[in-house]
Amino acid sequence: MIPQEIADNLKAKFADAILDVKLDGVIDPYARVAPGKIKDVAVFMRDQENMAFDYLMCLSGVDYTGGKLGVVYHLSSMKWNHKFTLKVDVTVENSHVQSVESVWKTANWHEREAFDMIGIVFDGHPDLRRILLPDDWEGYPLRKDYKVPEYYNGMKVPY
Amino acid sequence: MEATLTSLNDTTRRQVLIPGFSRPLEEHEMVINMGPQHPSTHGVLRLELIVDGEIVVDVIPHIGYLHRCFEKHCEHMTNYQQVIPYCDRMDYVAAMNNDHGYAVACEKLLKIKVPERVEYIRVIMAELQRIASHLIAIGTYGMDIGAFTPFLYCFRDRERILDIFEQTCGARLLYNYIWIGGLSHDVPSDFQQKVKDFCKYFRPNIKEVNDLLSYNKIFVERTANVGVLPADVAINYGASGPVLRGSGVKWDLRKNDPYSIYDRFDWEIPVGTGKMGTVGDCWDRYMVRVNEMEQSLRIIEQAVENIPAGDVQSAVPKRIRPDTADLYVRTETPKGELGYYIMADGTTSPYRVKVKGPCFVNLSLLPAISRGSMISDVIAILGSIDIVLGEVDR
Amino acid sequence: MGLLDQKFENGNIIITTADNLLNWARLSSIWGMQFGLACCAIEMMATGASHYDTDRFGVFFRGTPRQSDVMIVAGTVTLKMASRIKTLYDQMSEPRYVISMGSCSNCGGPYWEHGYHVLKGVDRIIPVDVYVPGCPPRPEALIEGIMKLQEKIRNESLAKKKTA
Repeated sequence: MIPQEIADNLKAKFADAILDVKLDGVIDPYARVAPGKIKDVAVFMRDQENMAFDYLMCLSGVDYTGGKLGVVYHLSSMKWNHKFTLKVDVTVENSHVQSVESVWKTANWHEREAFDMIGIVFDGHPDLRRILLPDDWEGYPLRKDYKVPEYYNGMKVPY
Repeated sequence: MEATLTSLNDTTRRQVLIPGFSRPLEEHEMVINMGPQHPSTHGVLRLELIVDGEIVVDVIPHIGYLHRCFEKHCEHMTNYQQVIPYCDRMDYVAAMNNDHGYAVACEKLLKIKVPERVEYIRVIMAELQRIASHLIAIGTYGMDIGAFTPFLYCFRDRERILDIFEQTCGARLLYNYIWIGGLSHDVPSDFQQKVKDFCKYFRPNIKEVNDLLSYNKIFVERTANVGVLPADVAINYGASGPVLRGSGVKWDLRKNDPYSIYDRFDWEIPVGTGKMGTVGDCWDRYMVRVNEMEQSLRIIEQAVENIPAGDVQSAVPKRIRPDTADLYVRTETPKGELGYYIMADGTTSPYRVKVKGPCFVNLSLLPAISRGSMISDVIAILGSIDIVLGEVDR
Repeated sequence: MGLLDQKFENGNIIITTADNLLNWARLSSIWGMQFGLACCAIEMMATGASHYDTDRFGVFFRGTPRQSDVMIVAGTVTLKMASRIKTLYDQMSEPRYVISMGSCSNCGGPYWEHGYHVLKGVDRIIPVDVYVPGCPPRPEALIEGIMKLQEKIRNESLAKKKTA
């Protein structure tokens, strides 16, 4: 299926959840989804026969500056060999997104990493805790306004 | 409290929560820590094994002991080219493939077309690196199971490959060779002859590995029917590379989503067939790696015949300042599908680079396939997944 | 009948100091702890393999800190790993030595500037005897590091107690 058909399918089923679609002028066509509806969209994309997005390639947390955070989902289908991207935008004050861990198990560790690095909270995740940094680390390092701590457990961190 | 008859017959199950451990334990369970320093964990990985006697009830991997802040460095480098040495150090066993993936991603972003000579040399280097990486995987896997000799033989063959790399770019392990738009050095004049000599030397050594290890009765007993991964579970967990192909799924990015010039060569995708046990067990994953080495030799032999002439630095851009865009590009490394999500914002350094490391995703499979096996089977399963902690933790 | 039999003119009697004898025994069989963290671990494995052999120097890798003399810290030390390194160092029995292999464990390496989770040099937590520079150091460089450690051991003395 070409991106136009995928976008039309999505808009037909979820008219209010799809906030924006961009197909031309970008390298990867994407659709912007509301944070509270991403799980339903994900289930639809995985289970619908002619879309069959059974493989979650990557789930990245992004910090768009100015108090805005986001999650980007890159999906692909092994059956039909097509790809699509979904984007979700949240803010720093309300950084809750539905978890898609029950849809694709890949998302389990990816969401933990997004929580660890950017601070996005995934509702419905079975085990949301830090994965790469120690459990008692403070702050979210990949945010643009992150300040490196001076000491951690008695060890000097900067050079 | 001394055991009285009533307390021995007490069948109410008590759960104990021990501080520092991930979940409450049943009374008969025990926690064993395969800690960050362990000869068989291929690096700094901590596995918390909850065991009932010898049977493993749950495995909880803890990673992050090698988190070296790759993504933060990308944002602060002054130039897209300066990221390449850091890409090398992620999967340090297969550095050429990491660089190749990043270069392909940036060239798609900047819409650069590289010369044919560069493409051919990149493919030869990537496939040689694939053979080197699989040699380490096979050698250390044999060592984990208990066979020490294949380790020495594999490292001896790997030294021949590292000789070729060293003559080309000066480094044995972390090369900084594949740049955006080209290569850092041109190949020496006897490169073609050396590569052909290597192919002739190495082909009988694959048979030697099979004689030493693959069909050895003890090895087969330890790895067949262990850690069976069904195909639909593998796809749902996002597995890729030999882990996915070992479960019978014929999916290789070099053929299914081609990049560079891989579509010009004639080779096959090896998949696991369940020859020694079940489809998707450890032996299948291991055998896929051995067969991939042979297929890589085929690609190298075809590529080295006709390397066109040209200048390897002609398309390397002087200034890299892409427009605001973001893209995701994936390439096939020896461990699986390596993906780079690059966001450019109009300046000379990237805004965000997210790396999807195949070992990160493959390692998340470990709890699902090792429940119910024994402790030594966990080591066999971990070795067959073939992780490199630099890529898991970035 | 033996390596040294009938080899000396003075009737097979060798006179040396206890220091020399002990140091010679110690430096000829330095057993290292397998402690590969990152890329330098691959070069350490290559040094131990058959092309550049460490076994001819008596260096043999052991899995446990209790039975080893030297800890070759090969790779980047992160803050999460640092407490475990200190524990392992404390578990080694004396005389114990540390070789810091590679730029990451010497001084933080290529991650010195923006690595918020990287410890800038393992000598911030444990005392180091020999530093081997390189990223990663060639196997010959690591062997030279081991030989420098052997020189250091050769100059030790029972009278002066080794501190820490």
